[in-house]
Amino acid sequence: MSSHSAPTFKNPMVRWIDSRLPVFSYMHAEYGTFPMPKNLNYFWNFGALAMVVLVVMILTGIMLAMQYTAHIDYAFDSVERIMRDVNYGWLLRYVHMNGASMFFIVVYIHMFRGMYYGSYKQPRELLWLLGVVILVLMMGTAFMGYVLPWGQMSFWGATVITNLFSAIPIVGDSIVVWLWGGFSVDNPTLNRFFALHYLLPFVILGVVILHVIALHVTKSNNPDGIDVRGPQDTVPFHPYFTAKDSVGLGVFLMVFAFFVFFAPNYMGHPDNYIPADPLVTPAHIVPEWYFLGFYAILRSFTDDWWFFAWFMSWIMDAKLAGVLAMFGAIVVLALLPWLDTSKVRSCRYRPIQKWVIILFAVNFVVLSWVGGQAAEEPYVSIAQWSTLLYFFLLLVVVPVVGWIERPRPLPSSISEPVLKAGGGGMAGATAAKMEKS
Amino acid sequence: MADATQPGDGDEPKTERRDFLNYLAVATGAVGAGAFLWPVIHSMNPSRDVLALASTEVDLTPIEVGQAVTITWRGKPVFIRHRTEAEIADAQSVDVADLPDPQTDDERVQQAPWLVMVGICTHLGCVPLGQKPNDPKGEYGGWFCPCHGSHYDTSGRIRKGPAPLNLPVPGYEFTSDTSILIG
Repeated sequence: MSSHSAPTFKNPMVRWIDSRLPVFSYMHAEYGTFPMPKNLNYFWNFGALAMVVLVVMILTGIMLAMQYTAHIDYAFDSVERIMRDVNYGWLLRYVHMNGASMFFIVVYIHMFRGMYYGSYKQPRELLWLLGVVILVLMMGTAFMGYVLPWGQMSFWGATVITNLFSAIPIVGDSIVVWLWGGFSVDNPTLNRFFALHYLLPFVILGVVILHVIALHVTKSNNPDGIDVRGPQDTVPFHPYFTAKDSVGLGVFLMVFAFFVFFAPNYMGHPDNYIPADPLVTPAHIVPEWYFLGFYAILRSFTDDWWFFAWFMSWIMDAKLAGVLAMFGAIVVLALLPWLDTSKVRSCRYRPIQKWVIILFAVNFVVLSWVGGQAAEEPYVSIAQWSTLLYFFLLLVVVPVVGWIERPRPLPSSISEPVLKAGGGGMAGATAAKMEKS
Repeated sequence: MADATQPGDGDEPKTERRDFLNYLAVATGAVGAGAFLWPVIHSMNPSRDVLALASTEVDLTPIEVGQAVTITWRGKPVFIRHRTEAEIADAQSVDVADLPDPQTDDERVQQAPWLVMVGICTHLGCVPLGQKPNDPKGEYGGWFCPCHGSHYDTSGRIRKGPAPLNLPVPGYEFTSDTSILIG
């Protein structure tokens, strides 16, 4: 993919292998001399961080699977055994549990980076689409993983989410029975969720590899959103970004470790330490925090909501509308490269779009907040208005802003603003100096 | 293959035969793969031991007027409420046309005091509250689903909230005056 010529290796063994299977040349081209825009900021750490979390999750997950029993009578106890009796079982489980949350934090920031700097735009549309596929796979994997400890939230979360499919007309109920392998969430359900929870991370890994291959074809976007003009605009991946990613990784691991060692259950729900009981629904079912935004969209659709009553009630019931809206929230994200009509990528040079994207992010935080509240006023109304805003921003505001907005003049090259800034910015000065040396 | 579109050519019959063999091979492969796909999909449906579910018999004698019990049938909770006169009157006085899922109370019970239904919210499958004396019973004195705020009346009909349908009534019969057989 990179046009750099293959290096000559001194070690004869390396040379022997490389001439038969060019793994060393490949690594050298893709992670050694690979040209990276020289103006990348710390937002560009999050792809590498997501890769690290994926590896951590697969590693701890395999270890946990060696100790876990996927049966409704033993699952809860086997998790408690991991916590109490297995050597470092508590550590593996807390890393895996909080790792899921970390994965979503990192990926949500990674997505925000892409939205703010227009990384999804031509020629990186497919890269963005693969990212959305990874997000969907992550959601499925995280959901099924949360079912495995077979606590109350596991059971009722599984019940609520699988029941979403019953909203599909005609075949919905048959699909739900098929998903369950029975007439309720039960042992067959737990077994297949375990099998799929083990499988899906490797599917994610496969799509991540495609995501990275696509990235190395189009190469990285940058905070100015303009194309690389030549070698003067780039620095090699190593040592510049191996070093920069390592700094970000260090900070990230400290945050991760804080949760693992000092607040391991902060992002969980205490009800999941009660064994599953099919006859008692917890007073307040909430999904994991990273699903709350989408959950808020789901439950916004009630029969008495004016928007539903005016526009949708004649064609479908509220439940189907909620389910379609929730999945639709991800579909519109996937369509973003075609909804954005502007030719300018980065929000640095888009005075209106900048606030649209920030408002979108704030609105998503609001949705996540109300999604965790009880289904009562004022939260229901807030969730409903936020749901409308979510779709309105992406489907209406983004295309219109692309037409009416007057972008600020783009710099003629990546190097230009770096050289001009020379001490003007606050933190920019040191960054510029580092990049020049 | 390229000259298959040119009519009147001498080797036309040959390419047609070759196309036919191609289609035949692909179609046979597709049918074969499809025939294997179904067992794979169907293996995830309820197995025979799951399907071989006994029906459940319930003795109603210990349930006093105003009391409710929850029993398990096919892994699901079934609500049995011995309704009071006031609750029955409430349920019967509703104007059916106003309901999201119109059903008269008579269609939902076999004997007016005994309301039997599957206690699973028709929204997303939570178990509504209202069986225990101190549970919230919603705005219509029946059941209240805490998950997404659906209110059911004293006939188990949906009155308010996101659930689209009334709580379902399972097939059951009175085997005597004081016992029922569900399923």
